[in-house]
Amino acid sequence: MKSLEELMAIRDKARASMTDREGTGEGIRIVVGMATCGIAAGARPVLNAFVEEVAKRGLKNVTVSQTGCIGMCQYEPIVEVFAPGKEKVTYVKMSPENVPEIVANHIVNGNPVVEKTVGAIVKN
Amino acid sequence: MRELSLNVLDIAQNSISADAPLIEIEVLENTEKKELLIGIYDNGKGMTPEQVENVKDPFFTTRTTRKVGMGIPLFKLAAEQTGGHLNIESEVGKGTRVQAVFKTDSIDFTPIGDMESTVLMLITMNTDREFIYRFGIDERIFTLSTQELKAILGDVPLSEPSVSMWIKEYLEEQTQNIRGGMLNEIT
Repeated sequence: MKSLEELMAIRDKARASMTDREGTGEGIRIVVGMATCGIAAGARPVLNAFVEEVAKRGLKNVTVSQTGCIGMCQYEPIVEVFAPGKEKVTYVKMSPENVPEIVANHIVNGNPVVEKTVGAIVKN
Repeated sequence: MRELSLNVLDIAQNSISADAPLIEIEVLENTEKKELLIGIYDNGKGMTPEQVENVKDPFFTTRTTRKVGMGIPLFKLAAEQTGGHLNIESEVGKGTRVQAVFKTDSIDFTPIGDMESTVLMLITMNTDREFIYRFGIDERIFTLSTQELKAILGDVPLSEPSVSMWIKEYLEEQTQNIRGGMLNEIT
């Protein structure tokens, strides 16, 4: 059984590693649309996948957060990536399977996965 | 929505938007009555009686009233299609209580789904709020309170990956415990 004592040990370990992370400046923000439309389309596993992938790679300076309706409900789940000094990249019709590739290519190496962006998928 | 846990995630977002410092979620099953009660209670800014009527109507939504939309109508439908019901009580400045009752033996009962994932996401994405989560089957009830966790964690945030992982496993273990009916005295 998990115990609160165990949580205390995790706290002490986390404290030690948290100090390493300070002073790294502005970072990349990954924002997932989590309104009714996003949730119904499967945004929860997508957000979880980003959180897990970022944690697994131990990426510092990357935050994963949620927002409301982005306004294109038919293309949900939608994910926006904000990198300092770069234009916002919007990914549409996301699934958890797309997440490792986006983290590896875009978040880590700075090359957006063009095939999954709104520009590539939404054609008039 | 494919699982009730997704409806809960959606309804709880309304409490976040309503600036509620404390959000309580309860999921209680009564196997004798074959009923499931899901409650989302907050102490946010609340709604007027007119707004309470309006949130039940999916066609009322306008862009200016952003938090009213399909959320409550979908949750209400999920409850009513089993022969259950949904009730909203709200008072401006006090908060809102949304409670839905489901008949678990109905063919149209939507599975609860991954409620642990919903709770974990709410807790880790909104570390500035407090959450109380209660999950129970008959007399076996488990409670998780972020206030208690924060008292132990101090300056270490709930969103810290190793902490989130612990909460996730803790939630899963406790839920399984209640579902399996294991007794705590066997330790």
